[in-house]
Amino acid sequence: MIEVKNLHKSFSGVEVLKGISTSFEKGKTNLIIGQSGSGKTVFLKCLLGLFDYEEGSISYDGKIFSQLTEDEKRNLRAEIGMVFQGSALFDSMTIAENVMFPLQMFTNQNKSEMEDRVSFVLKRVNLDDAHNKMPSEASGGMQKRVAIARAIVNNPKYLFCDEPNSGLDPKTAIVIDNLIQEITDEYQITTVINSHDMNSVMEIGEKIVFLKNGLKAWEGSNQTIFKTDNEAVTDFVYSSNLFKKVRKMYLEENK
Amino acid sequence: MTYLHNIGAYFLMIFEMFRKPTKWSVMKKLILKDIDDLIIGSLGIVAFISFFVGGVITIQTALNINNPLIPKYLVGFATKQSIVLEFAPTFTSIIMAGKVGSFITSSIGTMRVTEQIDALEVMGINSLNYLVLPKTIALSLYPFAIAIGMFLGILGGMAACVFGGYTSLEDYVLGIQTDFQPFHIIYSFIKTFVFAFILATVPSFHGYYMKGGALEVGKASTTAFVWTSVVIILLNYILTDMMLGS
Repeated sequence: MIEVKNLHKSFSGVEVLKGISTSFEKGKTNLIIGQSGSGKTVFLKCLLGLFDYEEGSISYDGKIFSQLTEDEKRNLRAEIGMVFQGSALFDSMTIAENVMFPLQMFTNQNKSEMEDRVSFVLKRVNLDDAHNKMPSEASGGMQKRVAIARAIVNNPKYLFCDEPNSGLDPKTAIVIDNLIQEITDEYQITTVINSHDMNSVMEIGEKIVFLKNGLKAWEGSNQTIFKTDNEAVTDFVYSSNLFKKVRKMYLEENK
Repeated sequence: MTYLHNIGAYFLMIFEMFRKPTKWSVMKKLILKDIDDLIIGSLGIVAFISFFVGGVITIQTALNINNPLIPKYLVGFATKQSIVLEFAPTFTSIIMAGKVGSFITSSIGTMRVTEQIDALEVMGINSLNYLVLPKTIALSLYPFAIAIGMFLGILGGMAACVFGGYTSLEDYVLGIQTDFQPFHIIYSFIKTFVFAFILATVPSFHGYYMKGGALEVGKASTTAFVWTSVVIILLNYILTDMMLGS
């Protein structure tokens, strides 16, 4: 479980996060949603320890990140998997080498053990025939799946995904969403996804945190988001006619 | 203020580069890859330039010595001194700042733009140690490339002499052997070693701390070349004054 208390972050005097408090539960897909510029990426980077923050605290299963020693932070990071928006695969390595990288860095497994684990994980993301391809030879959807494989290869306790569906067609986006949810359930990972894809919100949003102008404007799930009358959420989530109709149908069915 | 900030950030980067070392089994592979990319991959251009510049120095020297009182072996002597003292260590390093420096800046800069450096940091890896230290160690072999450059430069001068008919082979060889001072070789290799460190770290600094997109990667490469050249020229002056000055 990840707990965030009163998180403040500024850049050059401009406050981007204005005191966010929330929690992300184990074994659930937690989504952070909000408009561009609402502070989602900054929030995620604070969670990952890539940005320092001025005030507040972030704790991972009770361990407050800012109070950890450098070695403890390093050990904690080894338990974190991250899927970047652009996949961030190392382009000088093959797909198999990319996935093997965390094992090489943080385990003492021998080569055959690492190869077995890589094969297992690549099979899990339906890429068992792509071992020797370079990232540049893979499609956007494949790259995302490789990034997921690399993120989970070392059995992380926490999985972060920054807009995992951006740039993907709707069908591939659903495949990626389902894969993340299956992995979260299967390995009981605390998964935090930064997204503004409404399909993801409806499909896998077991917990949803809505940010607006650096503040948490709403918190709920894909079940309660239909019923909320929070104007900020409805304006954002139901901005398209399609989702307005879906919501109307849902509310009528569940009267 | 920006310059002072950048100088401070550069030295902090050097300090940070040695902290939290990467596993040796991984580091070893990175060093070997960088030796291949940065040293082996540069031998061709170093050899080509050295050979022909050696030839040109010989021709220029021979054509400017018209006085019959000046011995012909001076052509070989001047070629050797020019190549060993300045051309091989300094001017080859300027050329390498263009080739190796821009390669380092653009490869690290692209990793920054595509969040690959963030990926390393999130995994708990010291990205400076992982990216910059192997290049610095690989470039410590740079004096070997310069030694080859020295040899080929003098050989190029000899070829120009003999085939161009500027002096005899005997005169050229006598010139090479005349007033040979082993300290000049030491001086040259000390300079080369310092320049190798600059060649690895200044372009890495510009790549690592760049901000923006693909266009900025190109700009960072150009800036890295300019600053690497400036630092090499300044250090060349300082080191020459320290080691050869009175």
